[in-house]
Order: sequence, then structure tokens, then C-alpha cells
Amino acid sequence: MLYREVGQFKTSYAQDMAIFPIRQDRIALWLTLAIAFIVVPLLDIFQIWPFKGEYLIRAILIPFLILALAAIGLNILTGYCGQLSLGSGAFMAIGAYSAYKFVTGVSIMALHIPPLPVFISIILGGFMAAFVGILFGIPSLRIKGLYLAVATLAAQFFFDWLFIRVKWFTNYTSSGSVAAPDPLIFFGYPVTRPVEKYLVCLIVVTAFALLAKNLVRGNIGRQWQATRDQDIAAELMGIRPLYAKLSAFAVSSFFMGVAGALWAFVYLGAWEPLAFNIDRSFQILFMVIIGGLGSILGSFLGAAFILVLPILLDQVPHALGIPITVETVSLLVFLIVGALICWLLIVEPHGFARLWGTAKEKLRLWPYPY
Amino acid sequence: MRAPSGPEIAAGDVLLAVESVSLSFGGVKAISDVSFDIRKGEIRAIIGPNGAGKTSMLNVINGFYHPQKGRITFKGQTRSKMRPHEAAYGGIARTFQNVALFKGMTALDNIMAGRTLKMKRNMFWQLLRAGPALAEEVEHRHAVEEIIDFLKIQEIRRTPVGRLPYGLQKRVELGRALAMEPELLLLDEPMAGMNLEEKEDMSRFVLDVNDHFGTTIALIEHDMGVVMDLSDRVVVLDHGIKIADGTPDVVKKDQAVIDAYLGVAH
Ligand SMILES: Nc1ncnc2c1ncn2[C@@H]1O[C@H](COP(=O)(O)OP(=O)(O)OP(=O)(O)O)[C@@H](O)[C@H]1O
Ligand SMILES: [Mg+2]
Repeated sequence: MLYREVGQFKTSYAQDMAIFPIRQDRIALWLTLAIAFIVVPLLDIFQIWPFKGEYLIRAILIPFLILALAAIGLNILTGYCGQLSLGSGAFMAIGAYSAYKFVTGVSIMALHIPPLPVFISIILGGFMAAFVGILFGIPSLRIKGLYLAVATLAAQFFFDWLFIRVKWFTNYTSSGSVAAPDPLIFFGYPVTRPVEKYLVCLIVVTAFALLAKNLVRGNIGRQWQATRDQDIAAELMGIRPLYAKLSAFAVSSFFMGVAGALWAFVYLGAWEPLAFNIDRSFQILFMVIIGGLGSILGSFLGAAFILVLPILLDQVPHALGIPITVETVSLLVFLIVGALICWLLIVEPHGFARLWGTAKEKLRLWPYPY
Repeated sequence: MRAPSGPEIAAGDVLLAVESVSLSFGGVKAISDVSFDIRKGEIRAIIGPNGAGKTSMLNVINGFYHPQKGRITFKGQTRSKMRPHEAAYGGIARTFQNVALFKGMTALDNIMAGRTLKMKRNMFWQLLRAGPALAEEVEHRHAVEEIIDFLKIQEIRRTPVGRLPYGLQKRVELGRALAMEPELLLLDEPMAGMNLEEKEDMSRFVLDVNDHFGTTIALIEHDMGVVMDLSDRVVVLDHGIKIADGTPDVVKKDQAVIDAYLGVAH
């Protein structure tokens, strides 16, 4: 009787439509949030293993949160709306460089925008990415699948080029590398220690994940999924492909833009265009495929897997006394991720999230097989 | 949105008139100079051998295909061309010959998707899923649950439709169309591939929809028994040409119809 909904009667549709209608899921969610918001900072303050030093927070948790946000963004577009994109890196870059321009002040001819606060710059970075996302989404009204993927790939290379070549974006620094304000000031508080940065990311990512979850289970989310599954039937029901696809591009790019700005400002601190190249796009895409297309939870699972796998492969053999070189580790990562993606695409296109869902279904019926 | 709303049509008056419509794909003539009408409140069957142009006719009616010639008058408004979503706004819903459900979504979400046009809350409220957006979700959920009860598919609401057997998929698809509260419902072979019991259930639903909600129905069906039982009037197509039009009894005895079904060369 560990995981059952028996005896949990819902007395209204509003309850039935709650984000997690089953009590055990709700408990799991609150526990996770409590660990993330309270336990982790406490462990860090008292420097308890495994939070001794800053490694875990700085090198794993912060990138995990930010990349999970980017994965949610791509999942909205690819998982929910069915539009394959290889341009995630570009949209992250647009978020990052726009935020950089806003935070350092913009002047274009007669238009002068004074330097803006960090948080507002990051959000505006998201809006810039959304705007560009809509433009690059327009081809999706005519082309599909692989052809669209090629169009987004073009966006990726175009923006790689743009941010390297057009010095205005980098405020004419000689190296082409730019730095975020130091210290980062959020609402008057300087955020310097890794645990503080972690909390900033956690708050942003939690809030955005909730908003994304709301969208995908509402009317617009149904329009995205309908367009993904049967665009013709959707259109004949009055769902306009123009609105469904472009709104998915906008929301998705907004998320990726904010993630890019966080990645640049909070995680990297100083960066160059290489941080957002095609490798980044593929990394996010792999997270989404492995975690589960069309699942917010899956975006987190996928991000965790892709980030943790290389670390495990690096640490576990060492701990066991098996010598392993860095090259072998990266080769192994390629092999495992590649094989896993092939296997998932064939057997379970909905990734870890669906495997988890199936496990829960089994648990609900346990000990009966059906 | 330009919704072709037009005047209210009284029961028995012409709801939709098709006038000398011709449609061809390259060299293939799918429909040649066909005219007929559908009256408010009736069940109008469209029958004919394979490839007669029945599905194409439905596609013309709801704006998916644009005929090269002819006019269509729906609720008093005449047009030769309209976009599919405009037809949806105007109150035309349909099901498909080869089920076209949203495979990755649950039965409930499929039917909820049918209410898209009726949901007005903007993205801001949907993001928060609070206030007006939540109220709207709940309101439409009530309507959808009524449809679910009506079609007796309570047990499968949470099942992704891709996993449902064919007969139930057809039922969910009918539910999705009903969720639009259409004025004209186009059913393309709703009973194809069903066993006898499922056919009887589906016939019952079609009659009930027509009775209770007064929905006008255009029905394509190959099973003659079903057609004779359900429909008020029948139009018969063969090779894109209308060969008969009238009550089931009249059509059944028509020599051209008998020939078409027996495959007599013409
Ligand atoms: N999109 C299309 N492109 C080319 N030809 C088409 C298209 N749709 C239909 N046709 C042709 O138009 C003719 C009529 O097809 P339609 O599907 O309307 O027949 P039907 O009466 O629905 O047949 P069935 O009983 O097999 O469903 C056929 O010859 C078909 O090949
Ligand atoms: Mg057909």
C-alpha cells in the first residue's frame, strides 16, 4: 500500500487537475524541494560531506539546474510541439549576450538604455531570445522534421559567427571574451558564494519549471501536443498551426535565453562564444531525449544523467583502484550516451520519465501483474 | 477571427448547400459537378463504392480541399474557399476515416483539445494556471466529463489513446468532435472495422447525438443496414458523380445505385 491512490477521493475537478493529483507524488515533490532549499544549504554551511569544499555545488548542482532549465525550454519545442531544433546553443547565446548588453548599457544611435539590474537583464535576455525564436520559427510553418532541424542548425552557425565577428556585442573587448558584473547583485544583495548562486538558480528554475508545467497542462499545451501528433486534425479543429508553433518557439526560446544568461552570468562569470556552440545544442538535445520527450520531470532527469555520467565514470574506477585516463572517460561517455539514445529512441521514445511512469504504474498494481 | 456565424437556421431548413462542386487532383477527377444539401437536424448519409469521392466531399465541406469549381453555402453564407479553422469556428466538426487522434495525449486531453476554440484565457493566466484560466479549465472539464459519461469511456480517460483498441479510439474521436459542440458533424466511416456490438453502440451514439443535441450529421458509411437505419436522406456518389439522392427507401431501389454497387460498367 505504499503507492496507491485508493481512498484518496477527489471531490472537485480542480483537485483532480492539481499538479500532482496523487498524494505520494505530492509528498515526493515537497521532500525534494525541502532537500533542495533547506538541506543542501545547511549541509554547505556546516561543510558536511559530500558538501565539503564547493565542488558539488559549484561544479555539479549549479550547471545541473541551469541546463535543466534549457532542457525544459527545448522540451517545450521538441517534446511537446514536435519541432526538432538543433539551435538551443544559439538561443542560449542570444540570452547571454543580450543580458550582457543590457547590464552594461546599450546605445544604438539615438537610443540610450542605461545599465540595467542583473535580474532584469537576464529576463530581458530571455525576451530577446523569444523574439529571435519567433523569427526562426517562421520556416516551421512550411518545413518539417529534418529540414526544420537544418534551418535551426543554420541559426546556430549564424549566431556563432555573429557573436564572434560583430564586436559590438562584446563591447569591443580585444579577446572577444566578456565578463558578467562582479559581484552579481540580485535585488540589492550581492551574490558571491557558490551556495548563494545555487539558491538564485534554484529559485529561478523552480519557478520556471512550475510555469512550464502549467502551460503544458493547459489549453496552449494541448494545442502544442495536438500540432505535434496530428497537425491536420488539429487544424480542422480550429487550432491554428501559426499560433501553436510560434508560441512554442517563443516560450521555448525564452526559457533557453534565460538559461543562457544564467549560464553566462552565474555559472561561467566570463565567457566566449564557444560556450554556446553546436556542442551545447547537442548536449541539451541529448538531455531531452534521454530524460523524456514531452516531460518536464524528464528534463531534470536527462540533465542529471548527462552531467553525472562523466563524473561517475571518472570517479568510480579511481575509487576502485582501476586506472582510467581522461580520454577513456570521454570515449566511454560518447559510447554510453550514444547507445542509450539509440536504445531509447527504438524502445522508449519517452525516455527515463516514461520508464519512471511505467514503474509507478506497476507499483500501483503491485503485487498483481495487471 | 471571421466566424461565419450568419443567421440562425430553423430545423428542416437548408444548413449547408453544395452547388456544382468539382474537384480534381492533377488528372484525377475526385468530384464532378455534385450538388446536394443538408438540412438542419437531419442525418444525411453519403454513400458510394470505394474511391467514389465521399471523403473528398467532406474535405471540401470543411475547407481542407478547395474545389476548382462550385460554391458552398453554410448557414446562409456562400463561399468557394475557406480555411479549415474558419470552418471549425463556424461550427463544423469531423472524425476521420483512419482515426486521427492525438496519439500521445490521454483520452481526456484529446477531448479537452476539442474545446480549444471555446477557451479564451491568454498565456499570462495559463502560465499561472490561476484565476480566470483555472476557472475556465474547470468549466470545460465539466462539459468534457459529460461527454465522457455519454460515451461511457470513464475508465479510459487517463489512457494515452495510442494504447486503446481501435473501437475505443473511434469513440474518443467522436467525443473530441462533440466537444466542439458543432452545428454540423461530419463522420467519415465511424463504424469501419468494428464488430457488431461496437457498431450497435456507435449507431446508438450517433442517433443520441442527433436527438439530444439536435446536431446535424453527415455520415459516410459502407454498411447498408446502418445507413438505412440511421439516415433521413442519402446521397449516392460513384466515380465522383452524384447518381442518386433521396430517402433510404427510394435510393435502395434506384437502378443506378444497384448497378454501381454491383459494378456494372457505364
Ligand atoms: N490528396 C489526394 N491526392 C490525390 N488523389 C486523391 C487525394 N484524395 C483523394 N484522391 C483521389 O480521389 C478519389 C476519391 O477519393 P476519396 O478518398 O474521396 O474516396 P472515398 O469515396 O472516400 O473512398 P473510400 O470508400 O475508399 O474511403 C480517389 O480516386 C482518390 O485516389
Ligand atoms: Mg473515404
